[in-house]
Amino acid sequence: MNRFILPLGAFGLLLVVLVVGLVHAPEKGIIVSPLLGKPAPQFSLPGLLDQTSPLQAQSLRGHWTLVNVWGTWCGECRAEHETLLAIKAQGRVPIYGIDWKDDDAQARAWLNELGNPYDRVGADREGRVAIDWGVYGAPESFLVNPEGTVVYKYVGALTLEVWQREFLSRLL
Amino acid sequence: MKTIFKTAAVLIAGAVLLGAAAAFAIDNSPPLPDPRLQQRYLNLTHELRCMQCQNESLADSPVGLASDLRRDVREQILAGATDEQIRDLMVSRYGEFILFRPRLNARTAWLWFAPAVLMLVGLWIGVRVLRDRQRRVDVMGPPDEDAARAESSDP
Repeated sequence: MNRFILPLGAFGLLLVVLVVGLVHAPEKGIIVSPLLGKPAPQFSLPGLLDQTSPLQAQSLRGHWTLVNVWGTWCGECRAEHETLLAIKAQGRVPIYGIDWKDDDAQARAWLNELGNPYDRVGADREGRVAIDWGVYGAPESFLVNPEGTVVYKYVGALTLEVWQREFLSRLL
Repeated sequence: MKTIFKTAAVLIAGAVLLGAAAAFAIDNSPPLPDPRLQQRYLNLTHELRCMQCQNESLADSPVGLASDLRRDVREQILAGATDEQIRDLMVSRYGEFILFRPRLNARTAWLWFAPAVLMLVGLWIGVRVLRDRQRRVDVMGPPDEDAARAESSDP
């Protein structure tokens, strides 16, 4: 009997470690952003549609904002576009777009064709601002509070269900 | 027959070399002016993860994001940042996950020390089992003699 205690104990310990790991594992392939709870990075991007209105960190102050990273080269972004238009129609928060490593003319054509859900769009032609936001694959969406703090990040195409569950529930 | 093997060997060697050449060709940016800076650049781009492909380093990854991050590393080095500052900057954007070698802190301590601890535990168990077996053998007496006797009494 005695000789089984050690292996059984070790097995039990291993089981505990694995279960804890499974429970705490983030969603598969999703990396938790270190930006959460921190101020949005300082940035300034030229406006895609209106040259006179740049998109910058100060633009995020005083109201909740949905910051959406997209590009015309991104297939998932096309799938997400309907949802963004629907969120725009709800009118709860302004949507600011970061057009990531894109061709300006193509991006404008895309918004003309599919409709424009964005209140402002900044053109991140060299991809520097996206890096500061910790973006690693479009589309990505950030919820920023009126103090300019990043509250939530979602990787992948938004759906109305996700918007309801993860974003609207965080709006105060 | 021999020539077939020779041709195959040459072809395989060629394929391997081609693969190696392709791996080197991913980062085709010009080297930094100072060889020491270039070495730091190479070290850093090899120990930072490409977040898009996740199992490749920045140096080995052909995707656009990796080349943007290589450009960032290069600019940081030229601006006089230390390796640690560059790592901190990357971690502040992408999290610890971007480092292929996790840093030693309270959260990762088990990761660093568990292998050694587990090996010690394993050794201890091994020694105990061996000793146990030895003791039992001593009590029973050497089995080889019994076996030898059994064999000799066989007609």
